[in-house]
Amino acid sequence: MNRSRCCLIAAAVLAAVPATAQNLTLYSGRGETLVSPIVAAFTEETGIEVDVRYAGTSELAVLLQEEGEASPADLFWSQDPGALGAVADLLAELPAEITDLVPSALRDDEGRWIATSGRQRVLVVSTERVEEEEIPESILDLTGEEYRGRVGWAPTNGSFQLHVTAMREALGEEETREWLEAMVANEAVVFSNNAAIVQGIADGEADFGLVNNYYLPRFLASDPEFPVRIAHFADGDVGNLLSVAAIGITASSDQQEEAAAFVEFLLSPQAQQYFASQVKEYPVTSSVVLDSDQPTLDMLETSAPDIDLNSLSDLEGTLELLREAGLL
Amino acid sequence: MTASLVPARRRSAGQLLLLAPALVVGALMLAPLFDLVLRALEADAATVTSLLLRPRTFELLVNTAALAAGVLVLATLIALPLAWLTTRTDLPGRRILNVLAVLPLAVPGYVMAYALIGLSGNYGFMNAVFGVTLPRPQGWLGATLALSLYTYPYLYLNLRAALSGLDQTLEESARALGCGPREVFTRVTLPHLMPAMMAGWLVIGLYTIGDFGAVALMRYEVFSYALYLAYSSAFDRLYAAWIALILVVIALAVVWWEARLREDIRLARTGSGSGVRPRLTALPPLACAAAYGFSGTVVLAALGLPVAVLSFWLLREPVWPVLPDLLRSFSQSLSAAAPAALLAVLLALPVAVLAVRFPSPISNFVNRLAFIGYAVPALAFALAFVFFALEAAPFLYQTQALLVLVYALAFLALALGPIRSALYQARPNLEDSARSLGYGPVGTFIHVVLPCIRRGVTAGLVLVFVVAMKELPIAFLLSPAGFRPLAIQLFSRTSEGMLIAAAPYAAAIIAFSGLTVAAVLRHEGRLE
Repeated sequence: MNRSRCCLIAAAVLAAVPATAQNLTLYSGRGETLVSPIVAAFTEETGIEVDVRYAGTSELAVLLQEEGEASPADLFWSQDPGALGAVADLLAELPAEITDLVPSALRDDEGRWIATSGRQRVLVVSTERVEEEEIPESILDLTGEEYRGRVGWAPTNGSFQLHVTAMREALGEEETREWLEAMVANEAVVFSNNAAIVQGIADGEADFGLVNNYYLPRFLASDPEFPVRIAHFADGDVGNLLSVAAIGITASSDQQEEAAAFVEFLLSPQAQQYFASQVKEYPVTSSVVLDSDQPTLDMLETSAPDIDLNSLSDLEGTLELLREAGLL
Repeated sequence: MTASLVPARRRSAGQLLLLAPALVVGALMLAPLFDLVLRALEADAATVTSLLLRPRTFELLVNTAALAAGVLVLATLIALPLAWLTTRTDLPGRRILNVLAVLPLAVPGYVMAYALIGLSGNYGFMNAVFGVTLPRPQGWLGATLALSLYTYPYLYLNLRAALSGLDQTLEESARALGCGPREVFTRVTLPHLMPAMMAGWLVIGLYTIGDFGAVALMRYEVFSYALYLAYSSAFDRLYAAWIALILVVIALAVVWWEARLREDIRLARTGSGSGVRPRLTALPPLACAAAYGFSGTVVLAALGLPVAVLSFWLLREPVWPVLPDLLRSFSQSLSAAAPAALLAVLLALPVAVLAVRFPSPISNFVNRLAFIGYAVPALAFALAFVFFALEAAPFLYQTQALLVLVYALAFLALALGPIRSALYQARPNLEDSARSLGYGPVGTFIHVVLPCIRRGVTAGLVLVFVVAMKELPIAFLLSPAGFRPLAIQLFSRTSEGMLIAAAPYAAAIIAFSGLTVAAVLRHEGRLE
């Protein structure tokens, strides 16, 4: 017993040695499996260690507001530009040599956040239980009787919340509210995130799912027989929202240079290639060699609705709407 | 009474020395909760009513009650027969059964939920091994199963102690007065088991109300899950604060109610002579078979299932590439749990000494406060500290120090129990002699008291350490950036549907807790 107590005490003393202060702190609304390989690559190349706080995109956005100047975060990497728009006044202006790397539609008008990769909202469907003619023209059709209890969604997920913000922008407040309420009444199945929706469709918990485009390829990579496939709504439908993951540097960070190096790294050919070929997202710079079956962002623009990413910063209003619909 | 030999002047000096740290403990327990109340009251009445008086709140209340009821019933149906079989019958192999019945304590609710989920679905264990795709367990049923299979040992241990301590003559008298076996059980045995039953129910009930891992993975919307959602998906501080307050009120009501019920029970022997140890019932072969069937099912479900599902997922992909990550996570868990155990014991010592050696209204009060951290649902307790640190102690915010402090406060009660028991057994006149031989209060404590209560201190250390190693909700809210203990790694992977990637972490948690539970059992066996 005495020896085990000594071990405990020794462990306690060892544990009390603090970590070095020079690490970058990254708030990541993006999941660990997608982020940690690229963070490791950055550390390998620059020697700069990065502490990552993983959490929901909205949670981190509101946390940043709460923390204000005192925030330990140097960087905020968000699943969507909306959350960055919501905290834009806490962000530093990015250097021009970074913002020039991407087209102007893919960054903040005032240069406070910049896209790191593109993605599209898609409909995924079961290959076993969904016929071609059952695929709806519009996301708004999912409230129909034939979809009762069959549609999976993730109301707490940042990308979904951005999608709702975009719907408010495109359709107006009232119509979006009605759609949300009709979806709830139609017994849409609630999941905690995109990956869980895709897995849930394979497991028979739902037949349709509203997710980002890059989740299914991950499953298909390990099992080509995976019983889920991607479908799209009709061209121009708000359901085909084209969005980006984006990043910004906090104005309160005292490591602006290191933080900028991280952002630059995410836009480097190496990182963009990683997003395209490993994560199956769309690159935002033109330096990438794509697989033949992978569309570029330009090619997606015909199917996507015409919505300015800079107009999607009213996260609070979306949360309020989701709350009223009883989803939060 | 025990302190009466110590001169009044010295006594008050010792008391004062202890009172200061004990009061600090009490203040640390209360201050964040006050802060939580202030937060909640910040909003105007209209906002609050519109937030709380909506169908969703009622739904959460019903779900929370349904879950608690389900877990209590199922845990009782498992624990009571098991306890009877291992204490009151001659069932061959009952000693082994006793160990197997306690071991599920090593499988936390969220790991059990992981195992149940891993059983089902397209890639699940059942489909791969038997070609049957089970629906994913979820909602009330899934959460009830996961939580009962994990928590029933708390009730089992209580019932076992009560059953083996129950005076046999009572049951014999009842039989002599003409009661059949069933009547003896319902009219004599069961009422005498009630205190143990309620003690077990209290622990399980509090755990169920506060659990967040299992209900989140099972997607069952109870208050703690709603608190997690309000915080994690919207960082909705006002709503989160109110749900946290509701949880605090529910937990305190449960504690108060249990204490009230216990007060009304009078069961001690009144006659002369000593109690008689129970005689063992001889089970006929058929009953033996039924007993094996029952206990086999329980052990298979509570132990076999997680072990089988885990092995299945572990074998799907080689483990060695994640070993460095796993080791880092393990050492991070260790680096929070070990100092937390130490701090909990340090904080518990003055409170315990005060309670045992200097009983007074104020020491009683401080002792009650010390249980707040344990009774208040972990997520609510942690949230109170998030707010508190942001406002009152920004230098602590998002630091490991805060995580360690909150662990120590949340599990203080676990350290307090054994230390207090040890102090009751230590003879105060030894301390008086030391004092009369010229030791000061500190010297007496270090040279006389501490050696006497060594066992209690060690037990407290181990208990807090083990519980903190697998803790999830507090780590979820208070982990600093880059801090990824085992429980968080497992939870985030499972909630993303990545069961293969989660398996090594689940295995590490089970292996670690299994070893410690086994060690504690062996230790107890030696004491008997």
